[in-house]
Formats: sequence, C-alpha cells, structure tokens
Amino acid sequence: MANKISDETIEYVGILAKLELSGQEKEDAKADMEKMLDYIDTLNELDTDGIEPMSHVFPVQNVFREDIVRNGDGREDTLANAPLTKDHCLKVPRTIG
Amino acid sequence: MEIKSMTAVELGKKIQAKEISAVEAVRASLAQIDKVEEQVHSFVTIDRAGTLQRAEEVQRQISDGTLTGPLAGVPVAVKDNMCTKGMLTTCSSKILGNFKPVFTAEAVRNLEKAGAVIIGKTNMDEFAMGSTTETSYFGVTRNPWNLEHVPGGSSGGSCAAVAAEECPYALGSDTGGSIRQPSSFCGVVGIKPTYGTVSRYGLIAYGSSLDQIGPVAKDVTDCAAILEAIASHDPKDSTSIARESYDFTGALRDDVKGMKIGIPQDYFIDGLDKEVKEHILRAAKVLEEKGAVVEEFDLSLVQYAIPAYYVIASAEASSNLARFDGVKYGYRTEEYEDLHNMYKKSRSEGFGAEVKRRIMLGSFVLSSGYYDAYYLKALRTKALIKQAFDRAFEKYDAILAPAAPTTAPRLGASLNDPLKMYLGDIYTISVNLAGLPGISIPVGTDSKGLPVGMQVIGSCFDEKKIFNIAYAYEQTGEYKRPALVQEGGRE
Repeated sequence: MANKISDETIEYVGILAKLELSGQEKEDAKADMEKMLDYIDTLNELDTDGIEPMSHVFPVQNVFREDIVRNGDGREDTLANAPLTKDHCLKVPRTIG
Repeated sequence: MEIKSMTAVELGKKIQAKEISAVEAVRASLAQIDKVEEQVHSFVTIDRAGTLQRAEEVQRQISDGTLTGPLAGVPVAVKDNMCTKGMLTTCSSKILGNFKPVFTAEAVRNLEKAGAVIIGKTNMDEFAMGSTTETSYFGVTRNPWNLEHVPGGSSGGSCAAVAAEECPYALGSDTGGSIRQPSSFCGVVGIKPTYGTVSRYGLIAYGSSLDQIGPVAKDVTDCAAILEAIASHDPKDSTSIARESYDFTGALRDDVKGMKIGIPQDYFIDGLDKEVKEHILRAAKVLEEKGAVVEEFDLSLVQYAIPAYYVIASAEASSNLARFDGVKYGYRTEEYEDLHNMYKKSRSEGFGAEVKRRIMLGSFVLSSGYYDAYYLKALRTKALIKQAFDRAFEKYDAILAPAAPTTAPRLGASLNDPLKMYLGDIYTISVNLAGLPGISIPVGTDSKGLPVGMQVIGSCFDEKKIFNIAYAYEQTGEYKRPALVQEGGRE
C-alpha cells in the first residue's frame, strides 16, 4: 500500500508542527513521510484486536506529591536565557490587535 | 599505568589512597583532550577553569574525609542533553546554542554528591535523534578506532571520549539504543537501565516514555559503580521508581554456572554482518564453557519494533519539542511579522533536518483522523512486544544479541537514507519499548579493526543478572584500546 501525502496534508502538518518549510523542503518532507508511512503500515499485519494500548511499561497511575516550593528564586537566571525581555518579563510580538 | 588509561574505579581507589589527587586526575584528562580532541571532537563544551576549581574543592573534601565514595575526584563527561547549572547545554542544536540551565539534572546532581568532577559536555545527534552523531549542529564526532568512521549515536561524543581516554567515564542517554550502539562502535561498555531507574529530571526530553540515562565506561565494574551513584527515586520525575535494591556492584561475580541464556533466532537475519554474527556466537560459546546454558529460541515480533518505535518516539518528540518557541530560551529568528510567524521561523531556522523530519511525522501520527491508525496501533504493538519479552524471561535469565547489525559505518554513509539508518537500531529499540535493561560489551574487532559489541538484555529490574553475565564474559579477555590512544595521538 503506497501512501500519498497531498500538498494540503503537508501544509496542515506544518501548521501543527509550527514549522515553515520551503518549497523543496516540503517536497522532501512528503517523500520522507510517504516512505516512512509505507514502512509503518507493516504494523497492520499484526492483529492487535483486544490489546490495550500501552503508554507505559509499568502500571503507573497518577503520581501525586504536595505542591511545595523547594527551589529558590531563579528569576534573573531564567530571564537571562530569554532572547528578549522587558521589565523582568519575556517580550513577544503583539498578540492582540 | 598512566592515569588516563585507568578505569574510573581504579582511579577513584588511587585518589582515596592519596596516590593521585583529584587535580592530577583532571589534568590528565585535559592533557589527553589537548592531544586528541582536534581529531575526535567528542565535546561541545570543555570547562577547563571550572573543572580545575571543582577538582580542588573535591580534593579538600576527600582529604578531610567527607567524600569517601568510589567516584570521588574522578572526572566525568556529560552528554549535552543533561542540564548542568550555569554550563552550556545545547542538545547539539542551534536552537539551544546559548542555553545555560538554571538547575542541574538529578542524575548529574547525584554524581556531584558522589564527588564527581564534570570536565565538559559531549557531542551528540541533535536532540538525540540519530545513530551517528552526524546530525550535531556543532560538527561530527569521529570514531577513535578509525577517524574515517562514525562513533555511532546518539551518545557518540560520550562513547568516543571514553574510548579516546579523554575522560575515565561519561553519562549518555538511550531512547532507542543511543548508549548501547555507540558503545558497541567505540569498543566501550554502556548500559541502559530499566526504565524509571535513573531520574529523567533535567534530561531534555526526546521520547519521554523511552528515555533513560546510563553510564558509559571502560569496563563492567565501572558501569555498576556509576549506576549505583546515579540511580535514585526522584519525586521530581513521576516515572521514577523506588527500587528495592540499588546494589549493582554486588552482582560482579565471575560465575554464570546454571544461568539460562537465550539467543533469539529471529535476530540472526538478513542484514546482520557475518563477522558480527560470528563474534556474538563465539562469545555465547565462551559463556557456555563457563557453565551457562545457552539456547536458541524464537522471540517473535522483531520486525515490528522499529515501525512502532518511530511512531511513538516521533509523537512524543513532536510534543516535547513544542517548548522551543523562541520565547523562553534559545534561538529567536531575526525578523518576523507576528507571534506565529516568529514561532515558525525560529523553529524552522533553529532545528536541523532530522529533528524536523521527526516532528513532522510525530505531528502527523497524532493528528485527528490518524491517531488511532498510527499512534494507538503502535502502543498496542508495544504491548505485544512487552508480552513477547515477558514470555522469554519466564524461561531465560538473560537474552544475548548483537548491539548493532554492523560495526561503525564510514562518515557520510548513513544520513542520505534515513530508513536504512533506522534499521540499524533493530537490536536495541525493542529493549526501550519494553522498558528493559540492556548492556553492550566489546567482544572483539572485525577485519577492519572496528569493535563489535554484544548486548546482554535482562528482564525489568534484573540489572544484576546482566552485570553478572557481562562481568563473567569480561574476565576472559582484556580491554582493548584504539591505536589512536596507544600511539598517544597522531601528529
């Protein structure tokens, strides 16, 4: 079964992935993804009816702990990593018109 | 023996005995780095001044009897995807090229408490995605055994650094074989512990349900001692497990009498290099002669591990790497129109090709309409693979396998065909899917002079058994060093 990725699909996945691909990159991504999906489709040979999806190998349920602050105030060091800051805040482009 | 050629435990003993100081140990590593780093390029960051200062501090604590552990004063290199407070942590990516964490990963903290001296951060495939260390933004690492070949990946820098004797040991991380495969290619010993054994807090996530930190060293004894130091139950990692025992060195016994070892017939398939196969079967014979019961069996489902892995790992990666947005840390594009355009341009310019490929695939398999067919199907396959291993471990104490189908490929031979490169992970990936511990130990070299690694896989929490088997095998041969190291570096 040969998968075919349309221009619309690659456009949509680009939006989900927050990636802007150039024309050539889009063509490469389509070819890559078609090839990978053809390969991944071999999983369809397996009968998995009635098998529970296993996200974790151990039966780990919700793990709770008290929400206690244990670290110090790392604000300055944290902000030092940001590309742009203003008045001790992260600076981003205008989001509301 | 020269300091640089000692194992971590040997060096630690001499430091405790006051025969060598922590500062001398660091100087030996730095001297070797000066000699070979230009050729091998194991490191992204080398912290010369900080390392010497830290060594002096640690030496004081050794002298006054505060630090008495086996790793106190011994230098270590840390893979560049583990956060180190105030020290560059790049994941070998442009997008984190200037990132200085504000905290230290728990596994590294545990080492610091044990008196380890961090010498620097090692090169890797970008965000641990790759099998050759060629996808690093900071250039390739070369294999110390032959500089025209790759060291493997993604922990290629850590494994090359240990093989080139730039440091006695290193930390790596393993999501689909990223400790075991480069350990095999570089002729060193590396273990991926049972999932949940070492805290992932501060390990920059790739595939969270698969990622584990583990040691890379010259021998099995070191690996056991290092794992004892880094393993802990950490409330900051919700998948961290409180184990009944953290005694791993107690398993280092040269006795495998009566142990049952299985060799999956379905691992010896097309694509497995003839010389690798011969070495693994010869090593199995050695264990048999030492009293182990070695049997072939059918593991089943072998061919489904890689497709299931690439769905699960890419899905998790697409989610984990959503945090790199040019706002909080890392790279932001120069020019942009609005917020979304800034996100997209920063990410597109900041990530390399392989990372983008996996984010795209992951976003696709999680998207509405495909989630059940791909993502849930992969999780169901994972459940079946786990069951297959559970059945095997009802009969066997451990499973023997190659670590990789070939020895280290030449530089530049892998990246043009990703699918072919992914197939190289066939012996390691299922171990991550099932959460099992696996160790790779050197069992010889091929006709090109490149190391062959054998993998010993255990059931969950059975590190002791695989340490036992690996140690017993190791007693039958000597640790071999690359010519680069024996010659003391090519001029």
